[in-house]
This record gives sequence, structure tokens and C-alpha cells, in this order.
Amino acid sequence: MSSFIVDILTVASDVLIAVGSLVIVIGALGLLRMPDVFTRMHAAGMIDTTGAGFVFAGLILKAGFGLVAFKLVVLMGLLFFTSPVATHALARAALYGGVSPHLAEDSELDGMVEGYPIARE
Amino acid sequence: MRLISLATVLFAFWLLLSGHYTTLLIAIGLIAVIGTVLLARRMGVADEEGHPIHLLVGALSYWPWLALEIIKSTIAVSRLVLAPGLAVSPRLVKVRAGQKTPVGINIYANSITLTPGTITVDVKGDVLTVHALTRESAADLASGAMDARVRRLEGGEWKVARGAEGGEGSAGEGEVGAARGEEGRQ
Repeated sequence: MSSFIVDILTVASDVLIAVGSLVIVIGALGLLRMPDVFTRMHAAGMIDTTGAGFVFAGLILKAGFGLVAFKLVVLMGLLFFTSPVATHALARAALYGGVSPHLAEDSELDGMVEGYPIARE
Repeated sequence: MRLISLATVLFAFWLLLSGHYTTLLIAIGLIAVIGTVLLARRMGVADEEGHPIHLLVGALSYWPWLALEIIKSTIAVSRLVLAPGLAVSPRLVKVRAGQKTPVGINIYANSITLTPGTITVDVKGDVLTVHALTRESAADLASGAMDARVRRLEGGEWKVARGAEGGEGSAGEGEVGAARGEEGRQ
């Protein structure tokens, strides 16, 4: 019975890690395919939230109930609190640094240009 | 009160990271925690902004909801990345944050950034400038569901303290009409 539970936990953690890895690969692919800095950051953001989250969840199941699992939870928390700050800082720096975002034709660019050094093409 | 909770959290963190429970190490940990708390008090960062422990209860129901949103938008972004045409339609949109406190606005802005497909690029007062990857992700944001959730998260205690529901929804009038609709269902 207990080995049955262990089997389930092993399979579940393997699946979670595999899903997380898949998300990371897709995010990396998106990083290559996207047209500009801002759109690329969306793909990168996917890696450090969903990708890392799933891998962490899988590792927590693998670690079992104990100090290591708690440390992993704390690490996950730290990552989820800090990564949006880093992403925001990068995006803001790019915008104020004069990087023109690649925008779709149907977006209301005109209302947005004021206040930002967005160069018109 | 807040200092005690800060000390407790810090000491738990120390125990967690050290993993050794000898008298000497625990004593060193206690000294370090007391020093840190005193320093934090002197610097004035141990307030409701620097140590928002009062939001913890609300966060316990907010985090699972946010995790689900993140997974949903990850699937959407993955589809975009894997589709041959790369049908992105990036745009900048402005949304109003209906939260009453800086912590609330911060949580909302960070939640937007955490969700794939939307990044908060600028905050001016309570107006957030958001870069959205597609028309759909921008529309999701404009529906105001997340804004309402964060307002409920920060709302709890404050509303009780003020003894009235009157303040609710007044901050984000107009643009977040849908958000008020969602609150009405509660």
C-alpha cells in the first residue's frame, strides 16, 4: 500500500517536472521567435512563473515532507515575489530608454505616445 | 504587534535555513533577529507597507486563483509561440488600479506582470501602463476581474475598520465597471 503511494508520488512529480520543462522549452522558443524586447519578455515571463513553478512543485513532491520541501516552498515564494519586479524594471528601463515597442496596427498608439519617448516610424 | 510578527517570521526563516537546533545557534539566531527588528523599526520599514502580514489571510485564497490565471494564460501564450504564423498583436494599454493602498497597487501590478501575456511597464499614481501581447490578453485585463480580486484581498480589514461598504468600487469608477459587477455577485 505504501509503495503504491510512493509510486503515485513519483509519477506525479515526474509529470510535473516534465510539464515544467516543456513550458521552459516553449518559453525559450518564444524568446527566439518574438519580434521585439517587450514581446520577448512575455515568453521569458512564462519560464520563470509557470515553468519554474511546475518544476518546483515536482521537486517538492520528490523531496517528501521535511526541511528540504519547506526550503523549496520558500524559494518558490521568493521567486514569485522577485521575478515580476525584475521584469517590470527591465520593461520600464526599455521604455524610458527609448526602445519603441513593436505595436499592432489596430492598437491605439496615438494615445500612448505622450509621456514616453516612443519614436514614430 | 507588527514587530512581534516580523520577529516570528524572521526567526522561522532562520530556523528553516539553518536546520541546526543547538542552543548556541538558536541564541545567535535570536540575537540576529532582534538586531534586524530593531534596525527595521529605526528605519521605519516595519510598517503595513514593509511587512503587510495583515494581507496573509486574504492571500491564501488569492494565490490559488492567481496560479490558475497564470496557467491559463501560459497555455494561451504557448499556443501563440507554437503556431506557425506567430499571430501576436502587441499593444500598450492603460488600466486604473482601484486599490486604496500602495501595497494593493503593488500587488495588482506584480500580478499583471506575473501573468504571461501582460507586463506592467509603468505606474503613475493609480494608472498602470501595461504591455499586452495580444488583443485578448488586453481585453482580459480590461474586464477588471483581477483588479476586483486584489481589491477584495486588501479590502477585508479596512472595510470592517471603516464600518461601511461605501468606499468599495468608488476608486475605479467607469473603467472597471465589469469589476463591480463581479463584486456584486459575492
